[in-house]
Amino acid sequence: MKLLSCKETTRLVSQGLDRELAFGERVALRVHFAICLGCRRASRQMEFLRRAVRELPGRP
Amino acid sequence: MATSDEFRKQLETLRPYLLRYASLQLRDAAAAEDAVQEALVAALAGEASFAGRANLRTWLTGILKHKIVDAIRRQAREPVVSAEADEEVGDIDELFTERGHWNERPAAWGNPDGALEQSQFFRALELCLARLPGRTAQAFMMREHLGLETGEICKELDITPTHCWVMLYRARMALRECLQQTWFGK
Repeated sequence: MKLLSCKETTRLVSQGLDRELAFGERVALRVHFAICLGCRRASRQMEFLRRAVRELPGRP
Repeated sequence: MATSDEFRKQLETLRPYLLRYASLQLRDAAAAEDAVQEALVAALAGEASFAGRANLRTWLTGILKHKIVDAIRRQAREPVVSAEADEEVGDIDELFTERGHWNERPAAWGNPDGALEQSQFFRALELCLARLPGRTAQAFMMREHLGLETGEICKELDITPTHCWVMLYRARMALRECLQQTWFGK
């Protein structure tokens, strides 16, 4: 299996928010997350962005 | 049924907020004005259906959301300025080394959902959204705020799915950088 770089990982994380990832893609992400704190954070932050933007415009 | 002056006044006080909300998604002052106007007219006609609901702002935002989707669909039928089609956000390449590793590892955001309780956070988010190029912001808002599927976004913006994913990726990366600088990193 090809190992993902951080750049490829973030691109795939983003696509995972827009389309169903293939099984192999999900496995590759897990493998990368296991060794990369930065990408785990970036992934959680992109999910947070989604929650935040849904709530726009927020409180008056 | 006559519309009460009180109701009309309440709607007017929300106009600046509605304009800001529409401008974020339409990136065109005239189109935003039109959408807000349409929403206000619809709201006035529908006062009865508001009766009893707790939050006027939420109800009105719901009406405006539909008007914005309509406006986006109208815009999509107009010719696209070709220079805009290939717009780039900041540059993703700058975030990574040549081998694709982070130049600077993303910092922890702690418990970011706490920010959702603060109105200043949403101002910071709006400012970050305003920094994105127009079509990128539009695609992002269609996806993440209006909740449209990528297929529909591609169709409305007349781009391929791959281009659409790239735009959304760039938007997300630029926004997390921007929020890191203007909010979470402070």
